[in-house]
Amino acid sequence: MNFKVKKIVPQLITLAIVFLIFGFFTFNAQVNMENRGIEFGYGFLTQESSFDVQFSLIEYDGSHSYARAYLVGLLNTLLVAFIGIIFSTIIGVIVGIARLSPNYLIERSAAFYVEFFRNIPLLLQIFFWYFAALRALPLPQDADSIFGVSYLTIKGFFVPRFVWENLDIFFYSIIAAIISIVVIKNYARKLQENQGKQLPVFSISAGLLIILPLLSFLIGGVSLDFEVPVIKQLSTTSFVYEGGLGIPPELIALTLALALYTATFIAECVRAGIQGISKGQKEAAASIGLTPNQVLKLVVMPQALRIIIPPTTNQYLNLTKNSSLAAAIAYPDLVLVFAGTALMQTGRAIEIVSITMFTYLSISLSISLIMNWYNKKIAIKEK
Amino acid sequence: MFRYIKQLTSFVAMVAVLFAFSTEAMAKKSKTLKNTQKKGFVRCGVSQGLPGFSNADASGNWTGVDVDVCRAVAAATLGDANKVKFTPLSAKERFTALTSGEIDILSRNTTWTLSRDADIGLTFVGVNFYDGQGFMVRKDSGITSTSQFKDGISACTNIGTTTELNMRDFFTSRGISYEPVAFEKADEVVAAYDAGRCDTYTTDKSGLAAQRTKMTNPDDHIVLPETISKEPLGPVVRQGDAVWEDIVRWSLNVMIEAEEYGITSSNADSMKTSDNPAIKRLVGAEGELGAAFGLDNEWSLRIIKQVGNYGESYKRNIADTGILPDRGPNQLWTKGGILYVPPAR
Repeated sequence: MNFKVKKIVPQLITLAIVFLIFGFFTFNAQVNMENRGIEFGYGFLTQESSFDVQFSLIEYDGSHSYARAYLVGLLNTLLVAFIGIIFSTIIGVIVGIARLSPNYLIERSAAFYVEFFRNIPLLLQIFFWYFAALRALPLPQDADSIFGVSYLTIKGFFVPRFVWENLDIFFYSIIAAIISIVVIKNYARKLQENQGKQLPVFSISAGLLIILPLLSFLIGGVSLDFEVPVIKQLSTTSFVYEGGLGIPPELIALTLALALYTATFIAECVRAGIQGISKGQKEAAASIGLTPNQVLKLVVMPQALRIIIPPTTNQYLNLTKNSSLAAAIAYPDLVLVFAGTALMQTGRAIEIVSITMFTYLSISLSISLIMNWYNKKIAIKEK
Repeated sequence: MFRYIKQLTSFVAMVAVLFAFSTEAMAKKSKTLKNTQKKGFVRCGVSQGLPGFSNADASGNWTGVDVDVCRAVAAATLGDANKVKFTPLSAKERFTALTSGEIDILSRNTTWTLSRDADIGLTFVGVNFYDGQGFMVRKDSGITSTSQFKDGISACTNIGTTTELNMRDFFTSRGISYEPVAFEKADEVVAAYDAGRCDTYTTDKSGLAAQRTKMTNPDDHIVLPETISKEPLGPVVRQGDAVWEDIVRWSLNVMIEAEEYGITSSNADSMKTSDNPAIKRLVGAEGELGAAFGLDNEWSLRIIKQVGNYGESYKRNIADTGILPDRGPNQLWTKGGILYVPPAR
């Protein structure tokens, strides 16, 4: 009994102190705000924002509400995080494997890339890609076209826009292709387990992914047009492209910087993962007659992934949080639009910062939730 | 167990009582003045570098008309115009720094608007520069008026300012579609516009004139004649300290009124024997003007002697530096401008 009390009391005191400190600051903030005539509340979210945003995935202008502006910023943040994660993973895996290459030149270049990019502060890299690379790009009127339809200029990357007809049928055809691939894959596995025969699953899948959507064009009534950007004169010396899709240079610079920076860390995770598999595994696999490709695919990678996934999840989280540096180069992410402009126009610092913090927390937790689920899926199934 | 609960409750009660006392005391006296005198310097929030308004030189000396307001308050309350601690703030940080008590005066080319004054715990004390928003373009673009703006124009600006709102009002009311490119810091706006990212750069006209001097080739750019908004810029204080508010307001007013009566930093002492009672009051030779703030009677004399009158400050910071040689609306009302302050009596 006495022992139990001794164990519980310090914990209760700690808990009480934590609560008191929290209460103290909340109370303090309340008193201070009251003294300065500031009212706390989230009512401002429904007010008209009256400021425009450069780039938005949903329809938005100043006549919409602050809540809508929040959504615009959130989607822009998610966009950068999504593209950044994909590119950094691709670059990271390639560089990570390249670092283990027996070819001296490839191995050294990969090592140089990793050491160079991970040791320069990210903000500087963002500034470099934005200001140095931006100045190097041509003005719209001087830009050479890429395949006659795209233009990379100081004002952005202007590419053709797809104009779809019967887009839904096209989507159904892709879904149908994916379902048949899954079915065929299962069948192929059974075939191999029962009869030892191997089906060329990759070729069949690729064929299905091409043929089914192609059919939707030929007989499904799907059609695709391109709206090509056209140059427009604004004044004697300034031009811009109209029509098509304009990708702002801010988005390009930010994604580039984030992907190149984060890829170095992912490359190291991949290298660590592969090196973590003992040599005996590869030799054993080779000795039962697997080809080098099969060794990598069936023996090394499944085990290496278990080492790679957890630290890579960290890098994904870092990339997402680092995307908030966007504010420095005018990319309208959550921090610039909501914790920047909206905060300034409303003056609701505590409310807006708390919403923004909660949002980043939710994004990060969602990413780690997905990655943990994936990690569990590939973990050793103990029986 | 009970012992702990009892201790906790008494602790909570103690904290609550402490708070009750501190808020009580705040309402009665200028706590800000007392704190300032105890610290020995005025805590002043300024810009991160806007020539003519608040700009630090290579050795860290701040100059500008906004800086002079804080120096005037330091001269009045502490007797020395140099006893100011300047905190450079971005447009985004400025109000939070003031309301949270990190600074006591915000003198950072800040526009006086209803919502800022009423909503977020701030009080504007006056106007030290009448400004308006304008546009800068490249000279070789051939644009000479905003009426030549076309759909698709890109405009660089700062976030968190009234500029963003005015810009929308301007373009929307004219039915022009535009691409706003908003940066957090002014230096990046200038760099991006200078690189050709934007067709126009918009902010307060004084700001445009000042930033033009930072361009690679200032002569390649012109400020268009149109003014699209009213931007009365002035110092701001926290709500809830009426005496402090008065000190800052009248430090500014004294500078403007001193110019009206021809009192300058060099002749202020000799003005003590003037025949005009209004002049004598301003230099502290008559009346008890300082007492109302809890200051001595020479507070205004010190402002004029150490900082100078408004005209001197304007000439030193804005005219002689070539930013805006013409005073425009920032001329005394007696000389065709709109500078008009209530009498110091």
